[in-house]
Parts: sequence; C-alpha cells; structure tokens
Amino acid sequence: MSEENSNELRDHLATLIDENEVILFMKGNPEAPACGFSARTVAVLNSLGRKYAAVDILPDPRIRQELTAISDWPTIPQLFVDGELIGGCDIVTEMYESGELASVMGVEQPAPQPEGAPAPEASEIKSQGLQLENNL
Amino acid sequence: MADTVEIKNRIEAALPGSTAEVEDTAGDSNHFRAVVTAPQFEGLTRIQQHKLINEIFEGELGGSIHALSIKTQTPEAART
Repeated sequence: MSEENSNELRDHLATLIDENEVILFMKGNPEAPACGFSARTVAVLNSLGRKYAAVDILPDPRIRQELTAISDWPTIPQLFVDGELIGGCDIVTEMYESGELASVMGVEQPAPQPEGAPAPEASEIKSQGLQLENNL
Repeated sequence: MADTVEIKNRIEAALPGSTAEVEDTAGDSNHFRAVVTAPQFEGLTRIQQHKLINEIFEGELGGSIHALSIKTQTPEAART
C-alpha cells in the first residue's frame, strides 16, 4: 500500500482528471514544454483551438508516479478527455491526423488535412493552455 | 542499453505471430520507433494495443529506454 501522502496526491490527480474535460499532463508548460513529446502534443492541441488544462509533472517525481498508477501508462505526456486516457504523443498525433481527435474533443478539424499530413510543429505553439496551479 | 534487434525480438516473442519493425530514430540507442503488426490487436482500442507493448518493457520506458514511439496495426489493416 502507498503512504498516506501518495494517496492524497493520487486523489487530487483523479479529481483534476474528473473536473477538467480536457487535461494534459506534460513536462514543462504549454508556453515552455520541457520535452519534444510534450511540445508536439501541445502543438496538436493548440491547433485544435480547444481550451485545455495543463499540469507540469516535473516539480515533484511523485506526480508522475501517482499519475501512472491511475492511468497504467508509463510515459509523459498523457492526455485525458472526459476522464478517459486518450494516450501519449503517438496516439494523439495519429488521432489528430485521422481527424478522430477533433471528433473526440468536439471541435472541427482546423483545415482539411491531406493524407498523411504531418502534425503541426512545436514552433507553431500559441499560448492557449489553461494553466493550473501546481498545488500538488 | 537496448538495441533495435533486442526490442524487435522481445516484441515478437511476447506477441506470437506479430512482426515488429524497429528503428533507432536518433542513433543514440535511446529513442526508438516500432511499427508493430499483431493479430492480438484485433478488437482492441489504441490504448489497449499500446498497453500490450508497454507491458513488455515495463519499468524501462522513460528510463533505460527513454522513448519508444509505437504505431500499432492489425494484420488486416497492414494489408490495406
């Protein structure tokens, strides 16, 4: 069994996932992603123009540990929509390219994507991420 | 330190009948990309398919293997 602190943190993470329709757990923040995979995922989300919550997992290693315990997913980033794990960078990118991500998030696909069009580059990041206070 | 052959062999051993194409995307034995075709993926969601692969490398992803990028497909999807 985990320590009491871990359970508290896990409950808090579960509440965040529950209360935010779209929430991204990432390294860094949407303005300054600290990992290429997080950057790519942020770029995809920003291009869809849907507000999302973002949580930086870097300040405390326990955040990642407890998040993984909830999601059974080993790596960061992790995107949740309506309380369900959608996936990490690979799945998010693949679903973006097929138009499924827009549909899951209830938005229009931004522009007609030619078959196999690459996802937007990280340099196209616009600050649309809704920052959560990291009071974890 | 992992290499592409080891990763390929471990995936194919864990999922009988599967084929895995693995490349070392950064040339640093640390960032890999695997395209896996497996009959076990039939009827599963993407998350479930990826979890089958993640389980093979439990505890190593994000650690000794910094990044394993995965694309999954069923044999049927691979033919089309």
